[in-house]
Amino acid sequence: MPADLRAPGTLRFARPAACILVRAILRPRSMLRYSLRRLAGAIPTLFVVMTAAFFMMRLAPGGPFDRDRMLAPEVEANIREAYNLDEPLVVQYGIYLSKLLRGDLGPSFRYQDYTVAELIGNGFPVSFRIGVTAILLALFVGAAFGIAAALRQNSLLDHAVMAVAMIGITVPNFVMAPLMALIIGVYLRWLPAGGYGGGSLRNLVLPTIALALPQIAYVARLTRASMIEVLRSNYIRTARAKGLPGRLVVGRHALRAALLPVVSYLGPATAGIITGSVVIETIFGIPGIGRYFVQGALNRDYTLVMGVVIFYGSLIIVLNLLVDLAYGLLDPKIRYDE
Amino acid sequence: MAHSTIRRAAQVLAAAVVMVGPISAIMPAAAEKVLRIANMAEPETLDPHKSSTVDASNILRNLFEGLMVLDPSGNVAPGVAESFSISEDGLTYSFRLRSNAKWSNGEPVTAYDFVYSLRRIEDPKTHSQYAEVLYPIKNAQEVNTGKAAPTELGVAASGPGTVEITLKAPTPYFLQLLTHTSALPVNERAVTRFGDEWLKPGNMASNGAYMLGDVKPNSHVRIVKNPNYWDAAKITIDAAVFDPSEDRAGVLKRYRAGEFDVLRDLPNDQLAWLRQNMPQELHIAPYAGVYFYALNTTKPPFNDKRVRLALSMAINREILVEKITAAGELPAYGFVPDGTANYTPRRAPWRTMSQAQRETAAQKLLSEAGYGPNKPLRFELAYNTSENHKRIAIALAAMWKKLNVSVELVNTEWKVHLSNMRIGNFQMGREGWIADYNDAQSYLFLLQTSTRQQNYSRFSNPEYDRLMDEASVTADAGKRAALLEQAEGILLEEMPVIPIYFYVSKNLVSTKVKGWQDNPLDAEYLRNLSLAEQ
Repeated sequence: MPADLRAPGTLRFARPAACILVRAILRPRSMLRYSLRRLAGAIPTLFVVMTAAFFMMRLAPGGPFDRDRMLAPEVEANIREAYNLDEPLVVQYGIYLSKLLRGDLGPSFRYQDYTVAELIGNGFPVSFRIGVTAILLALFVGAAFGIAAALRQNSLLDHAVMAVAMIGITVPNFVMAPLMALIIGVYLRWLPAGGYGGGSLRNLVLPTIALALPQIAYVARLTRASMIEVLRSNYIRTARAKGLPGRLVVGRHALRAALLPVVSYLGPATAGIITGSVVIETIFGIPGIGRYFVQGALNRDYTLVMGVVIFYGSLIIVLNLLVDLAYGLLDPKIRYDE
Repeated sequence: MAHSTIRRAAQVLAAAVVMVGPISAIMPAAAEKVLRIANMAEPETLDPHKSSTVDASNILRNLFEGLMVLDPSGNVAPGVAESFSISEDGLTYSFRLRSNAKWSNGEPVTAYDFVYSLRRIEDPKTHSQYAEVLYPIKNAQEVNTGKAAPTELGVAASGPGTVEITLKAPTPYFLQLLTHTSALPVNERAVTRFGDEWLKPGNMASNGAYMLGDVKPNSHVRIVKNPNYWDAAKITIDAAVFDPSEDRAGVLKRYRAGEFDVLRDLPNDQLAWLRQNMPQELHIAPYAGVYFYALNTTKPPFNDKRVRLALSMAINREILVEKITAAGELPAYGFVPDGTANYTPRRAPWRTMSQAQRETAAQKLLSEAGYGPNKPLRFELAYNTSENHKRIAIALAAMWKKLNVSVELVNTEWKVHLSNMRIGNFQMGREGWIADYNDAQSYLFLLQTSTRQQNYSRFSNPEYDRLMDEASVTADAGKRAALLEQAEGILLEEMPVIPIYFYVSKNLVSTKVKGWQDNPLDAEYLRNLSLAEQ
């Protein structure tokens, strides 16, 4: 049998999950080395992002203590001194870096009762819970829709799924979210129209769905396209020719290859979820860290913005690494030690 | 195989639901009466001596009680002080405290607490941003700027039950000032023992009708009834939850879904709908503030008084408040709102003219100043990004267009706008001012030369400054009012700012809430409210 006609992995690894596990165990050293190299490479990136954020933020006119009511010069000088704002910018950056190395993100300028670490510590579990649930929802629902559409290509079902997906992509979430709150929260009163309710499940349903919707749509389209392509490939034809039942052809052979683009989309999806959370958290009144991004910048809350930038920067770097590792596990063509 | 994939998917989803986690809502116990309030923003701080925002004040006036408080209609009433006396020269105030006033930790509230608190806010080490409001107290400015020790502040205790405050000059609105957040007392023992952590639940001791229950940043501030409050027997609402969500359209939906009892500050574009559909719950009332455009009087074209006056006259304020702002705002023909205490506001003399007459007069003023079809007046109008400001700017530009005036609108975000206004980098700029206390001085000081950068117009008029200075040392309320009124008269002749409208407060209050009374400072004390069963 020519090599390209053999379904990848079918003979050696009948069960994809088991195969992933076995490969991870068999190749731990190269993966670890690769991960460490990637993480070390990320440090300069993070440093550049951090430095750019620090200085760009200071270019904007106005400061954290500018209000309608102006402070007397002595009082303003006194406050600026307390926050080291009287030092030259480069010195301030040095002070910030030296504190950062000791793990101190400083106090928030706007939310004076909290340190930046406390704010992120309080907000991140909330954003994380909604974000992860939204990603999982997008993956499963999106993939299911995409597969269903691909299997019945050009059927009514296919057109319906693709039309809905198109709507999901084109209608921005700042339109979708208020609509959902209005219909489900205000008119039908099935679920709360907003608020966190201390983390109650009922309060999380709408924001999670609103956050997941555009991603569901993307994942559905991606899965459909790649599934259609895979179903046309030679090894699938071979599997069918062997007389395998249709569901096994799809479930065992086609699915794994068809999901590769979806896995590589996880990186952008995470970024999409994070930026989406800025809007969704504001609309539903969710106490996550998404809204600190925008509000922090508008309030000139320098330390908070820096804290969130560093935190999200690190998060995205780590998540991208995880996506690459997962991709390598799914696709035998990828090697880390090259 | 496909089935096992589905099974795995189901397992992961189930795991996700578990991760979504503990269903631990902050649900009130059945009998507890909880008022749910959509506040405007997350308070910067719950330290009354560091806070500077309305959203914080809404919470703080329930946690702490000052010497004086506001009654439901907004008049000054005794708080911790049972009675007071004022010396004949108007310089010394003596307050007798209630003997049964207590902190939430059971300690008595004494005169020493007030001495400590006033010294604390003026102490430069506190880094207060609002200490300036209390500068009428003797040596307050000196202490705050580091020129005198906090012990030199004009406040003393003669025994635990009496506080004496000495002023720099007679200040007729001083009792009003004592109702301000900055004059609230804090508990010395809590502050010194816990440092910055004193604001955390469990550490904070407060002397108001409520004490701090539970706080989560950007989620909620929950306050609960203070059993040690001197009037605790009359408090019927057990707890209140303040939600900080800023998105007004979002919180309005939640109010409609029954998730709030009170919603502060409404989106203007929903007012027409609310008037139609929720008239019982809509509360709109005059609010102590003025919306205006500052004109940079140091640069052409607004260094010419005729141009300033012409533009002000050409505005059809009635149409603007009716069609554009549409919340029931009052057209502003002066700078100090109606209803300001001890004051008869001045209004522009051309107020009685018809719009057509005003436009003709304005046209004439402009042509005298050298502007006309051959040399049209052009300038930039700066405002901070907001749908409401934009709509107003567009409407005014259209009204001025009739005079052959072409306006270029420039919008920037708030901090950039503020910075431009302060350094004088503008021609015409949007501003608004909410009074800190119900007194004409709280508006008129904005145009004194000594107000420096916050006098955005750079207006400098010796006669105006003289009147304001004289008023600040005049004890007689009538004479003082006359001086301030003359000063406002000068503003209307010189027109360094174009007053546009006087603010209104906009609240939705559920019919369940009893005792809510609108007042000019939009200040509600929960102790005056009750919740009916529904």
